[in-house]
Amino acid sequence: MKNLPLKGLTVLEFSQYLSGPSAGLRLADLGARVIKVERPKTGDACRQLAIKNLWLDESSLLFHTINRNKESFAADLKNPDDLEIVKKLITKVDVVTHNFRPGIMEKIGLDYASVKKLNEKIIYAEISGYGKKGPWKNKPGQDLLLQSISGVALTSGDMDHDPVPFGIAIADIICGTHLVQGILAALIRRHKKGVGAFIEVSLLESMLDFQFELLTTYYSSKQVPQRSKLNNGHTLLSAPYGIYPTAKGFIGIAMVPLAKLASALECNELKKFHQQDAFKKRDEIKETINKHLSSQPASYWVNKLQQHGIWSTEVLDWLQMKNQEAYKVLEMEQSVRSNGKEFITTRCPIQIDHQKLTSTKPAPSLGEGNAKILNELYNATA
Amino acid sequence: MKLLEDILVIDFSQFLSGPSAGLRLADMGARVIKIEKPGNGDICRELYVSDVKLEGESTIFHAINRNKESYAADLKKADDLEKIKILISEADIMIHNFRPGVMERLGLDYETVKSINPSIIYSEINGYGEAGPWKDLPGQDLLLQSVSGLAWLSNNNDTTPTPMGVAVVDILAGAHLVQGILATLYQRTVSGEGALVQVSMFESILDFQFEVLTCFYNDGNELPVRSSVNNGHAYIAAPYGIYKTKNGYLALAMGDIIVLSELLKCEGLKLYTDSRDWFNKRDEIKKILADHLLKCQTETWLNILEPADIWCAKVLDYDALTKEEGYKVLDMELKVKTSNGLEITTTRCPIRVDGQLLLSDKGAPMLGEHNRQIDEEFILQQVQIKN
Repeated sequence: MKNLPLKGLTVLEFSQYLSGPSAGLRLADLGARVIKVERPKTGDACRQLAIKNLWLDESSLLFHTINRNKESFAADLKNPDDLEIVKKLITKVDVVTHNFRPGIMEKIGLDYASVKKLNEKIIYAEISGYGKKGPWKNKPGQDLLLQSISGVALTSGDMDHDPVPFGIAIADIICGTHLVQGILAALIRRHKKGVGAFIEVSLLESMLDFQFELLTTYYSSKQVPQRSKLNNGHTLLSAPYGIYPTAKGFIGIAMVPLAKLASALECNELKKFHQQDAFKKRDEIKETINKHLSSQPASYWVNKLQQHGIWSTEVLDWLQMKNQEAYKVLEMEQSVRSNGKEFITTRCPIQIDHQKLTSTKPAPSLGEGNAKILNELYNATA
Repeated sequence: MKLLEDILVIDFSQFLSGPSAGLRLADMGARVIKIEKPGNGDICRELYVSDVKLEGESTIFHAINRNKESYAADLKKADDLEKIKILISEADIMIHNFRPGVMERLGLDYETVKSINPSIIYSEINGYGEAGPWKDLPGQDLLLQSVSGLAWLSNNNDTTPTPMGVAVVDILAGAHLVQGILATLYQRTVSGEGALVQVSMFESILDFQFEVLTCFYNDGNELPVRSSVNNGHAYIAAPYGIYKTKNGYLALAMGDIIVLSELLKCEGLKLYTDSRDWFNKRDEIKKILADHLLKCQTETWLNILEPADIWCAKVLDYDALTKEEGYKVLDMELKVKTSNGLEITTTRCPIRVDGQLLLSDKGAPMLGEHNRQIDEEFILQQVQIKN
């Protein structure tokens, strides 16, 4: 097998929590060497942030999930000696990432202009919450807050529900994803033209981009998205798009002409509706479908729908999903060992030349890489 | 110089997942040519949403396919296929999102394409991977949300499974494809080697859930339990969630319940001194908080909480958001124009490079709009040489 695509590249990660570190994780899985620069004693604040109170060692399982396959270099950026070492390290690396609030890196003296003087060809990549100017620039860049401000909380759930946030940190994750895209494109230019780059993304711009279909429609129609009264799936889509309860279990039904749906479900009531009313009358249509589906279990209906080639499925929870052959065959789980403790996590979702990108390397303990990295920096001739 | 200048992308994909990848590459400087079926083209051209159309085409087609060219070709016709192969021989990247087997039947699978252009980055998105019992099922966003457990994470515990109201699976799969394309393109600039990059929607939506799936894998496979009150995240303690106020809604992220009880003068919260209870008893804590926050307006609460560095925000809809200075200052809106004069406002690329916004005013192409130009530029000469 050939080398991983980013082999030979080194990334210095000054980022904490999820947005920046999720970008570092992806780069690591694609072959880069990623060194977290962490504050002595406490390190990345995510080390102390547990969800469901799950810990692997002195750091949370959450930290281990996001920071596997990385190294850690402990340095106090407010200590001049440490800062000198970090600056020397910067001269040896290809990429720097950080997600401090605007102004912090300037104060430390590690803003892009300063870093560029140390390493002309550096790819300097940063994440802010809301961009670097304007009245929101100093607000905390926290996922739920970004969901609330960006309008996305009004896209899920039904019309009479309060705003429903996504139950996953979408702003952090999508923004980290964009950062990786910018970094990789800049590395390509650097290799061809020998120039570095300054890459900036913000959680808010990433969340607006994420909603580009809804926003483009809004700019044109001036109508804010309206969730359907029942079974809301997507504010822009006609009935039946949504998830429906049945006598036992739930089914998801995607786009399908109403007549086709009516005949597959043998639902005469549904035949009253015309296709051109599928959006306008979506609440009534969905109510009709709801009533009809309550007589039989999910498997019965999905069987009927799939026989007619209608896009539909049973709704699964993780236990049900885990038992599916279609899940097992993906081999999405990988095992990571850390100081004798083992945990299972997901692998990188990208496959290259039919190879799955897996790594058993755990997250580092705080400062674990100091001796090795200092040795490379001061003793190695390379 | 643009990041992806001189990079040529041949994009066979339709709908959202693949085309959103093409759009990102275009915005970073690549030239993206959509290969479309004559007659109707990308099915997304006719996918009308909420009855909003622009010149007979859907608004979302224009949003997804701006800054691209269109070349109409019938891949089942030998002549057209020959032309496409010439185009492929000149390309750096190829994208498709057909179901497994389709490109093999057309004779445009990776092995064949590699024999035409060994250094190409051949990339594809499928629904559920190439193997296994679901490989031929449609890779549709809502269905992927349904089978991946995702629908059990949002909304309150007493509600039915709730899908996310944006096509999150398509968008993430497209974003991951861009990552794989660019990483291997980087490798190619160093080593000259081409690559096959594959992403499935299923793997992408599992990756999206990596934090909570890792909990599930390691906590004895306990299923997530959404909060019964103002659910924000199934795995996070009170007060995390969105709360109704007298005149709107307030979001509260992670915070210390005792600090909140003092700031908000909420007596009922004072009992919860043990921080372990903030998770274990989050529903009762959130109920007390929810009742209390109803008493005043959002701004009143923000004026108390923001100066104390509590992570909070008001909840905005698009009308309110687009009036905010914090939105306007981003210059996120982008005006594009199609060749027949249609003007559309959409959003720009969210990545800034060297302090610059990545802007393009080029609208989505009409079906086959660039056939003549592309024939002249790449194909006619090659065909003559062959004959």
